[in-house]
Amino acid sequence: MNAQLTLTRLVTILRDPGAVRDLSLADWDLLVRLARVASLEGRLQAVIKAAGVLSEVPPAPRRHLDAACTLADRQHTMLRWEVARIHEALAGAGIPVLLLKGGAYVMAGLPCAPGRQFSDLDVMVPQPQLQTAEQHLFVHGWVCEGYDAYDQTYYRRWMHELPPLTHMRRKSVLDVHHTILPPTARLRPDPQKLWSAAVPLDGFPGLHVLAPTDMVLHSATHLFHDGELENGLRDLVDLDALLRHFAERDPGFWEQLTARAFEMDLARPLYYALRYGREFLATPVPDSVYVRLAPARPAAPLRAVMDALFRRGLRPHHWSCDGPLSGTARWWLYVRSHYLRMPLRLLLPHLVRKAIKERRAGKREQPEP
Amino acid sequence: MTAPEDLRAGLRGAGVALQVGPFVVRLRSRLDRVERALALFYDRQLLPPEQTAFADFHITLARASGLHWLWRPQARFFLDGRSPFRPLPLAHAYPLFEWGLNWCIAQHAHDFLMIHAAVLERDGQALVMPGEPGAGKSTLTAALTLSGWRLLSDEFALLALKSGKLVALPRPVSLKNAAIDLIRERYPQAVIGPASHDTSKGTVAHLRPTDTSIERMQAPARPAWLVFPRFTPGGRDQLQPLAPAEALQRLIGASFNYSVVGGAGFEAAADLIEQSACMQLEYADLDVTLGLLNGLREGGP
Repeated sequence: MNAQLTLTRLVTILRDPGAVRDLSLADWDLLVRLARVASLEGRLQAVIKAAGVLSEVPPAPRRHLDAACTLADRQHTMLRWEVARIHEALAGAGIPVLLLKGGAYVMAGLPCAPGRQFSDLDVMVPQPQLQTAEQHLFVHGWVCEGYDAYDQTYYRRWMHELPPLTHMRRKSVLDVHHTILPPTARLRPDPQKLWSAAVPLDGFPGLHVLAPTDMVLHSATHLFHDGELENGLRDLVDLDALLRHFAERDPGFWEQLTARAFEMDLARPLYYALRYGREFLATPVPDSVYVRLAPARPAAPLRAVMDALFRRGLRPHHWSCDGPLSGTARWWLYVRSHYLRMPLRLLLPHLVRKAIKERRAGKREQPEP
Repeated sequence: MTAPEDLRAGLRGAGVALQVGPFVVRLRSRLDRVERALALFYDRQLLPPEQTAFADFHITLARASGLHWLWRPQARFFLDGRSPFRPLPLAHAYPLFEWGLNWCIAQHAHDFLMIHAAVLERDGQALVMPGEPGAGKSTLTAALTLSGWRLLSDEFALLALKSGKLVALPRPVSLKNAAIDLIRERYPQAVIGPASHDTSKGTVAHLRPTDTSIERMQAPARPAWLVFPRFTPGGRDQLQPLAPAEALQRLIGASFNYSVVGGAGFEAAADLIEQSACMQLEYADLDVTLGLLNGLREGGP
């Protein structure tokens, strides 16, 4: 089966949904599976639907796309409910909240929201109010469970977020951040600047989303400097949609974006986002932007290494996309994300402890169907 | 019809395609017991490979890797290259396929309200029997389908959200423990596969669906009776009317994906209740209960 072709098709349809007309049932057979593994099934349906060509999709694959969208719609409904509950818990206490990533896309009605699938909700509160926020959330049912003393200390001392909180009754998971990268990370964006530029969310006084430039920078940083790449392509698709949307609404956007990237110390992740966005999704990045980002560009040898890693790591983690070096690339990217997070003297003991603990716990799998 | 050697080659090669109700399953396996079970239960549902370009679920059953295959051989279930569950003993490879397929459907088929229930049909009218494990659902289902009812499903009712009809998902009926011999003795025509011992559900053996059930697989049925069975050994067999509100609540409680399909699921469940006579069944003696169920008339007991 031609795997590269299927990935190309997925990307092509996301950009130009009319291309669904050219697909055979056999093409759909692999495409649906690829989209599913990449968490892009719901997004694919939304894009095809918005273009008015859903009727061109044969019934058999369409059933799966529709089901993914049903699931995504459900997640969005639950997300709106969770956001309202968080507002209830924190607005009264005068604690401002920034919604991040998926939560922000949905609540701000951004074009990457329809059909987007996600699991957790990420928010940010100002660092000085972190403890008070946790107390108020606790009173409203969010508790930190399943983390031992070591995990607790690790998160609270070294990380940019609390250990994930779970709601007692609804079992929804909430990540509360106080900045966008761990304080020990090599890059040091100033969260105060994010707050100053944040955009209030209509209808929820005290709730905010990041300003357009910061939203792109955070998404890029999360993907290229922090996160695991399980949903790498999906995150790149988000970035692509955000960039197209903001650039279309504001002719000065690209200039503001590059200036802000240097101001926030996040020019390198932005460089990667634009480089691979253009490569995978043909994100329309003006050449002038690359010129301005030149100082943040890695030197040629490093660039070649990163290309080798990201070209593999950003592909969906599906057998059809895996080459002989995919596993190795993913492992190096995992090591890299940790290395960027904290200095080696902190990282090594942590990874050793983590490895021992995971070995003891055994593989996390569902016991039986 | 596929010759046995084709089945073997297919399973070991690109996979064989099976029509399982509204779904196409592409199955690959090198395990002999999976091949035997397929030949026994799914021979009528094999699709010509060249005409099956699209499959809903791509399943592989394989021997679990690792050294312990020497003393404890295990089978692993893969959906499209990913293994969502722990392996089971190799002897349970076929039940693992059935359970895994249930999981696949439950995860993806949100065009249906999926209910943990048996569905049988007579004269175009469907009897829906939700029930917890141990309620005697499978025994009743097997007995009914062997005495003339068409099997739509043993434990997985598909209520189409668009049409409000019950769509057939005829799979081998999973008989547990004492029910295996009971059915075998009462119905000599029953084709029952080899038993798997010591599964999480005890001893399990599967009953081959009747020919009618497979031939009419594509014909949906209109809900007519909603019966909640309860096995009460030593009790009295009786059908008692159940208030629609309570029936609705219990029906929703038995659904796998009610929380996903939301409002559409509520509408579909409420429509089913409106079209059905809702009853509670206490059942102790198979003959008496079969008499009660066979005596069901439209609109009531």
